[in-house]
Parts: sequence; structure tokens; C-alpha cells
Amino acid sequence: MSTATQADQAAPGSVPARGLTAPRGLADRSFQWLALGAGLLVLVILVLIAFSTTQQAWPWFKTEGLGIFGTVWDPAANKFGATPFIYGTFVTGVIALVVAVPVSVAIALLLTQVVPYRIARPIVYVVDLLAVVPSVVWGLWGILVFAPWIQHIYAHIGSAVDGIPVLGALFGPPTSGASFFTAGIILAFMITPIVTSLSREVIATVPSIDREGAYALGATRWEMIRGVVQPHSQGGVVGAVLLGLGRAVGETIAAALVIGSSPTITSHLFSTGYSMPAVIANQFGESTGVFKAGLIGLGVLLFAFTIIINVVARAIVDRSARRMRGE
Amino acid sequence: MQRQRIRRTAVGLPVVAMALVLAACSSSTTTGGGSSSGSGSSLSGTLNGSGSTFQLTFQQSAIQAFKAIQPNMTVNYGGGGSGKGRSDLAAGVVNFAGSDSPIPSDEVANFKGKTVLYFPIMLGPITMSYNLSGVSSLKLDPATIAGIFQGKIKTWNDPAIKALNSGVNLPSTPISLAVRSDSSGTTANFSLFLTLAAASTWKLGTSSTINWPSSAHAGNGNGGVAQIIKSTPGSIGYVDYADAKAAGLTFASVKNKSGNFIAPSPSSASAAGSTVTLKPDLTFAAAWSSNPQAYPITYQSWDLVYQKQSSANTTKMLKAYISYLIGDGQKLLTTLGYAPLPANIDSKAKAQLSKIGS
Repeated sequence: MSTATQADQAAPGSVPARGLTAPRGLADRSFQWLALGAGLLVLVILVLIAFSTTQQAWPWFKTEGLGIFGTVWDPAANKFGATPFIYGTFVTGVIALVVAVPVSVAIALLLTQVVPYRIARPIVYVVDLLAVVPSVVWGLWGILVFAPWIQHIYAHIGSAVDGIPVLGALFGPPTSGASFFTAGIILAFMITPIVTSLSREVIATVPSIDREGAYALGATRWEMIRGVVQPHSQGGVVGAVLLGLGRAVGETIAAALVIGSSPTITSHLFSTGYSMPAVIANQFGESTGVFKAGLIGLGVLLFAFTIIINVVARAIVDRSARRMRGE
Repeated sequence: MQRQRIRRTAVGLPVVAMALVLAACSSSTTTGGGSSSGSGSSLSGTLNGSGSTFQLTFQQSAIQAFKAIQPNMTVNYGGGGSGKGRSDLAAGVVNFAGSDSPIPSDEVANFKGKTVLYFPIMLGPITMSYNLSGVSSLKLDPATIAGIFQGKIKTWNDPAIKALNSGVNLPSTPISLAVRSDSSGTTANFSLFLTLAAASTWKLGTSSTINWPSSAHAGNGNGGVAQIIKSTPGSIGYVDYADAKAAGLTFASVKNKSGNFIAPSPSSASAAGSTVTLKPDLTFAAAWSSNPQAYPITYQSWDLVYQKQSSANTTKMLKAYISYLIGDGQKLLTTLGYAPLPANIDSKAKAQLSKIGS
């Protein structure tokens, strides 16, 4: 732990090395330009993507107006309302967070506060392995293995809670193996590694002096986590969670395979739904005219949502990092 | 250590982005022919096509077989769907596009007034595949199919189904629908059939994507729908004949315009094509044919090429490949589970070949 704090102090200490008076060599300068160019290129590409997609989606914005937030998506009737997809994206994202966040934070605490480093390392390795599974593999596993298995559980829960006020509306029939909930769970698997590793990094920055101080005052490990780790890393963990959400709302192919592909707005979490990236992936191939513009427009909205989520997440992480450094 | 890893990825990202840009640039220049050989018989160069996934299996087999005829020519066919094929052709990134429907009116402007020729390539039946233990033969008519796929007919022993299948012991199993999750030419032609044949009952319109009842199970591609039917007792779905055969599904006979119940097969699909009214641009709809032997849910696919080509070599290559597809290549279709073009369409398509020019 102390090495981490030393590294933090060493980083600003290395700055004066650049201040040596000798003129910088050609290699140095060209590297600087190359790096700058590469950085700018990313920005330029992003702006161009935003511009050209908005342009291509324009017929949709123009013909539908505020109707882009309509509740019916029916290409055969020329109705292109995006709300079912925005709703589905939101619902699956929330389910993914509800499932993934407690697990991820618990793993992060386990790795940093409970087990020693030599045991933590293989666990980190295994959790990170989840992140290397390609999303199409998650999707195929979801639709071929997970959905057929869990649909019986859904059906049982569905018939058990049918008629009970709130539970019936959330978990009652109709139930289907491919559903909001299945998609949420698959997304939860997919975002667990990123939320875990970011939370772990944030939690690892809690100064050991503070932790040992808490122990010295007679705190149990749980009290130490509540009293020292939590206030210190709360902001960072929230940021990690939002970054996970950003990943979840943008996930395409896994969601497309397991969400059930039905543009319906319903409170029934075990029934079929749709999300924004999934509908783009599924329907783009045979789309024409306003239909195609609408799908591209969904991409623009999704782009905007993920940018907002990521910017907010970064801001929260940065602010908490600054606060931790005492600035 | 963590810090170092982050720094390394930060350098890596722009490089990847640059590579992507380069790849995008190079891929757009690969179209068009190579060196023009001049000699009439042996051609060399590359033809690129994309579009209809209905054509994909046939195109793959035809490309293999075509190598024996023109060993120095490379033909590529990427699927992606009819819509993608047409927009690729409009954007000039492919030499030909596969499409299961004529160019819709709202896309015509994309082709900037250039003449596009339609070459009919193949026909195929769309099966009403089902999974119902103990029922090995089933008859359906368009109105009943429309009722089933709108969720109005909910059980297998519904009076409407019973009336068509006297003597068959139909169970009270609920019907579950298997439909496409992706937009598809199969869906477009299946809904076109229902619009033509069951106009008074069918309310969901004609489109590559239909707003099915939300209880429907959606699968990706014909294979995905076949998989759902296979694993869900009581299900029924619309599946391309080749995929239904490959998955070993059972399918229904469907009542045609003349009142006969016809089972889907390559020959009953070809029969559907033999009486169509062919427009001068060779577009037609094979669904709901008036031929008494025709399977009513038959669809078709075209290859679209520009009449005016930019180079003489591309013209020669296109003529060679398309004349193979509508000539000897047709023999491959039946074994693949598709239907060859009937003579009336095939001869018109061959006559149109001479129109391609540079």
C-alpha cells in the first residue's frame, strides 16, 4: 500500500526532468506531434461520426418530430417511436446494475480488505477473464443454455405471484425465456469485471494509515469498512457503477439475442422486450427510407446517452480522486 | 503496474483507430475489375456482391462451381440483407446486389437516375413449420395463418384449424409463434402473401419487420426460427424451405388461389413462378400465384446491376457470372432446397444480359 502513495508523490517529482535547458531533438518533437495527431484523430473521428449519423437520421427527426418519442414502432404502418427501446435499454441497464453492483463491490472489498495479495491475484485474474468472453458468446450461451433453463423458473415465479399487486405486475405472466430479465442478467455478467476492477482500484487508494487508525480504535473489519473505506471510496465506486451502466446500455449483440425482440412497454420483467442497440443490429439489414433513418437516429440517441453517462461517471470519479488527494 | 498498463492502452487506441481508418479506405477501393485480359474466354478480376441472405447459400455454391469455368475470376458475396445490398449498390461499393424485393419507392432516389437491371435468380417456398407431437400432416389456409400470426387463434384445436383438418386429432396445446427478430426478406414476402391472400383478416401490413404479438418468440435468421420451433412444443413459424429441411421440421400444406392444398417443394415453387405477370423490368411477385399446382407462399430473389458499367472488363465479368447463375447454375438450386426459375422467366432474364454495357 505504501508503494502506491510513493508512486503518487513520485509522479509530480518527475516533471522537472523535462525542464533541462538543452533543445529537444527532432525525434522528441516528431513524437510529440505524432502523439498529438493521434489524440486529435480520435476526437475528429468522434465528431465526424456524430455529424454523419445525425445527417443520415435527419429524415426521421424531420418526419416524426416529437413523434420520435412515440410508443409504437411498427415499420409496416410507418410508425417509428423510440420509447419502447429507450424503456428497454433503461430497464435492462437497471436490472444489470441491481444484480452486478453488490457482487462487484463485494468482490472488490474481498480482494482489497479481506484476502492477502497472493490469493487476491488469481481471483482478479478469473474476474478479468469474464471481460474477455466475446459478447456474442454471452448472447449464444444466454439464448441456447441460460434462457431455456431459466424460463421454467420464470414460469413458476410468474404463477406464484400472479394477482399480487406489485409483484404480479413485475414478475407475473406472461413469461418468456428471452426477456428483459434474462438480458439484464447477461449484461450483469458482462459488466461485473469493469465495475469490480474500477472499484478495486478506488478502494485500494484508501490510505493504510486511516485503516490502521480505525483498527487501533478497536473497530472490527466491518466497522473499518463502513467508517473508513466507504466514505473514502463512495464517489469512485459510484463512477465505476456508471461506467458499467454505460457499457450495459451500449451492449448490442448479447442483448439482441436474449431480449426477445418485441417492442413493448410493459412492467412485466419476465416478458419479451427490446433495447436500442438490439433493434439496430436486428433490423438494419432490410430497412429502407425513414425506417433506416429511424434506426440510425436510435444510434444517435444511444450515442448521446452513453456520452452523458460516461461524462458524468468520469466527473464523479475525478472529483472523488481529487478530494482524496486533499485538493 | 496498473498505471503502466493504462498508459500502454492509451497509446494503443489511436493506433487502432488509424488502422481502422486505413482499412476502411482500402476496402472501398477493392471494387471494380483487375487488368482487362482482352481475350473473350478467360477473364480475370474481382466481382463483389452483397445483400439477400436468401441467396447466400446458392451464391456460395455457385461461386465454388464457377471457379471451374473462370479460374482467374474472384467473386465475393457477402450477405447482410436485401436492404444492405441495395444501399451498397447505390453507394457503389459492390458490383451487384442481391434483393428479395424490387427497389422500394423511397430508395429510388439513391440510385441517382442510373438504370438498374433486375435479374431474377431463384425462387423458394416459405414453409409453415410446426412442432406438434402426433400431428404429422396439417392443412392451413391463408385466413387461418393470418389469425394464428395475429394471436387471434390461440390453441391448436381452434375450430378454424379443425375445420381444415377433419380426421386429425388436434390437441388443446396453446400455439406459440416463432418469428424473425431481424428484419428480413422472408418476413417481407410472408407478410406480402398474407396481404394478398387474406386481405380482410390480416391487419399487420407488409414489411421486412412486423409488429408481431408480444408473446411471439423471435429468432435470428431462418436458422434461429427453425431452432425455436424445434425446441418449443406447440410452436409454428415461417421458415425458408431449405432451412426447414435442414432442421428436419414438419410443415403444413397451404391452400392456394385455386383451392388446392399444396405442400412446399422446389417444384411447387417453380410452378408458382410459371404463371406470374412479368413486368418489363422483370419484377414480379411469386406469392399467391394463380397456378393450380403452385405453393402459395413462394418468394423470389433478384440480382441488381447497373445497366451502364464503368469498365469493359467488369461488364464481361458480370455477364459471365450472371449468365452462369441463370444458366447452368440453376441446376444447383434443387439440391440446395430452392427452386429454379421456370422457363418463361429464365428466357427473359437471359435476353436481358445483352443490355449490360460500358
